[in-house]
Amino acid sequence: MEQLIQKLKEEIIDALNLSEMNPEQIDDKAPLFIDGLGLDSIDALELTVLLEKKYGLRISTAEEGKKVLYSVRSMAEFITANGKA
Amino acid sequence: MTNSGFISRFCSIRNNTVVVNNKTEFFRPDEKPEKFLTGVYQHFAIQYPKFYKMDILSKLGFLSVELLLRDTGLLEKYAGHKTGIILMNASSSLDTDRRHQESILDRANYFPSPAVFVYTLPNIMIGEISIRHKITGEGTFFVRERFDASFLVSYIRQLFDTGILQCCITGWTETNGDDYESVMYFVEKTDRPMDGIANFDAATIQKLYDKVK
Amino acid sequence: MSDRVFVTGIGVISALGFDIDETASALQKSKSGIGRISLFDTVYKEEIPVAEVKASNIELAERAQVKQDGLFSRTSLLGLIAARQALSQAQVRDFAGTRTGLISATTTGGMDRSERFFKEYLKNNRRGRLRDIVTHDCGNSTEIIAKQTGIRDYVTTISTACSSSANAILLGARLVKNGMLDRVLAGGVDALTLFTLNGFNSLMILDRNGCKPFDEERNGLTLGEGAGFLMIESERLVKKQGKTILGEVKGYGNACDAHHQTASSPEGNGAYLSMEKALITAGLKPAMIDYINAHGTGTKNNDLSEGIAIKRLFQDSVPAFSSTKAYTGHTLGAAGAIEAVFCIMALQHQWLYPNLNFRQTMKELGFSPVASFQHHVPVRYIMSNSFGFGGNNTSIIFSGC
Repeated sequence: MEQLIQKLKEEIIDALNLSEMNPEQIDDKAPLFIDGLGLDSIDALELTVLLEKKYGLRISTAEEGKKVLYSVRSMAEFITANGKA
Repeated sequence: MTNSGFISRFCSIRNNTVVVNNKTEFFRPDEKPEKFLTGVYQHFAIQYPKFYKMDILSKLGFLSVELLLRDTGLLEKYAGHKTGIILMNASSSLDTDRRHQESILDRANYFPSPAVFVYTLPNIMIGEISIRHKITGEGTFFVRERFDASFLVSYIRQLFDTGILQCCITGWTETNGDDYESVMYFVEKTDRPMDGIANFDAATIQKLYDKVK
Repeated sequence: MSDRVFVTGIGVISALGFDIDETASALQKSKSGIGRISLFDTVYKEEIPVAEVKASNIELAERAQVKQDGLFSRTSLLGLIAARQALSQAQVRDFAGTRTGLISATTTGGMDRSERFFKEYLKNNRRGRLRDIVTHDCGNSTEIIAKQTGIRDYVTTISTACSSSANAILLGARLVKNGMLDRVLAGGVDALTLFTLNGFNSLMILDRNGCKPFDEERNGLTLGEGAGFLMIESERLVKKQGKTILGEVKGYGNACDAHHQTASSPEGNGAYLSMEKALITAGLKPAMIDYINAHGTGTKNNDLSEGIAIKRLFQDSVPAFSSTKAYTGHTLGAAGAIEAVFCIMALQHQWLYPNLNFRQTMKELGFSPVASFQHHVPVRYIMSNSFGFGGNNTSIIFSGC
């Protein structure tokens, strides 16, 4: 799980052009949206594309998206639960 | 129509050179546009991470306005809704259009990026500048073959004369492949000569545009 | 020195029909133009409804009276058809002695041809016909319309996303009002393309069941295509030439929401500012507006933002309002102009348009749009809203004569 989380952080930084950040600066459990990293709706869409592109996983509803994309850890858990880690 | 208006500041970014009010502030030859613009952002320690999400056109426009206004206190003199942004270019958002287009053509590798699509409109650049500087006045984007100084001057003078704006950011911001140029002016509605460059008229606007070509 | 600014001709082409009469008929019958994709091949064919103009480019070329020899994008064909209608109704035959301008607007330009070229070109960069991309630039359709109609004195193109053609009308009215031109043909065009279909889909704001503006269960917009033009003339010219007046451009306002690249602020600040500005330039109080043709795309975000702005500005006197995008789809760069044409028609005939597909009032608003087509309604002042990505918000007020 920890390796996956590390990998995810790097992928998120790359996908969202967070060029001034290091993976160490992203807290595993901190909310990605509103508070925490303060990402916006376009970032949310980019993360769903990332999940599909790199892990072959699709998010079908906005409600599911809110849960899965809550934090890096919740994303990692989603990936693991779907056997794609 | 009265002959109101004064150009308070001028900034150009072209040929990998940043010029503000006749002074060269930064120069880095032989770099491709994207790398050069990142260099400008870092050199001036701008600290606005959303910069990295923008496409080249928006980065260029954003930086030109940032350096146009930096440490001047110019915007603070005016209410946000009395400040306008009137811009022009020839290629609209063509660079980003191409990127988006490429991403949707291969059905086997189909992952269009919403963040790229967002920038397939030239006026998103106006949006980025407005968000950064809290500008809520009138904004328009014109697509023309060449820079048209007299059009911009007469258009903005009208906005001044009718009281719709008290100041305006205007200019030409164009990117197409490795070619780019941005020339921005800050214009204030006033008859009195100020600590600025010159009267706001077509000849002066054109002269400044032609200066470092 | 300011002249009043009158509308003497209108032209439109959309999923509702090829001209004003067909459009009027569809509007009155509450007949939406939304349906299945037929213009191009895409994986979304069965999935995403759109509002197409029901004609191939070859058919459009015939209607536009040009030879389809490869130098006309779908965008310029649609534009030419609508432009000619407006000029004809305004009885503009020659330009001698009159300063005439053309202000057009578009977001996709000649993308419909370019994307076909690009596909071939990517496979092999010696393939693809170069002629397919000479029509790409946003300015191309404008220049074609100028050339074909003979308008020379002033020609420009505006591209500000979904507020583009509303801004074209705003600029045209301003130029005429300030005596810089005697008349302006102002409007806009956009054609459906894979580019926009895929792009909007990646933003997840396309309703798979067709848009439901201002409905509690709304889920996104429906893309459309088309063109609209208004012939705008000065009071002086209209009197001199004895023209029939269809309506007046009474007021206008443009403002920036300054909130996000594609989302509108929850309080609807940009919308509030543009509507307020339009009222100020028109010299009207909110309670004097009889109908608002809303931007109303059907997205969760726009309809809430616009609805809140309307509530804040109009308070106890929220007028009848509706979005006509459930009829025509969201025609992007052409929306402002097509909807302006609808506003002029409403003033002429004293109509109110229904907000098709509406069923449930939005909780946050507590008021609902017009539910069914209305004849014989006293309508004097109509406000038309067009809000574009980038927070570019424009409102125009038309009045009857």
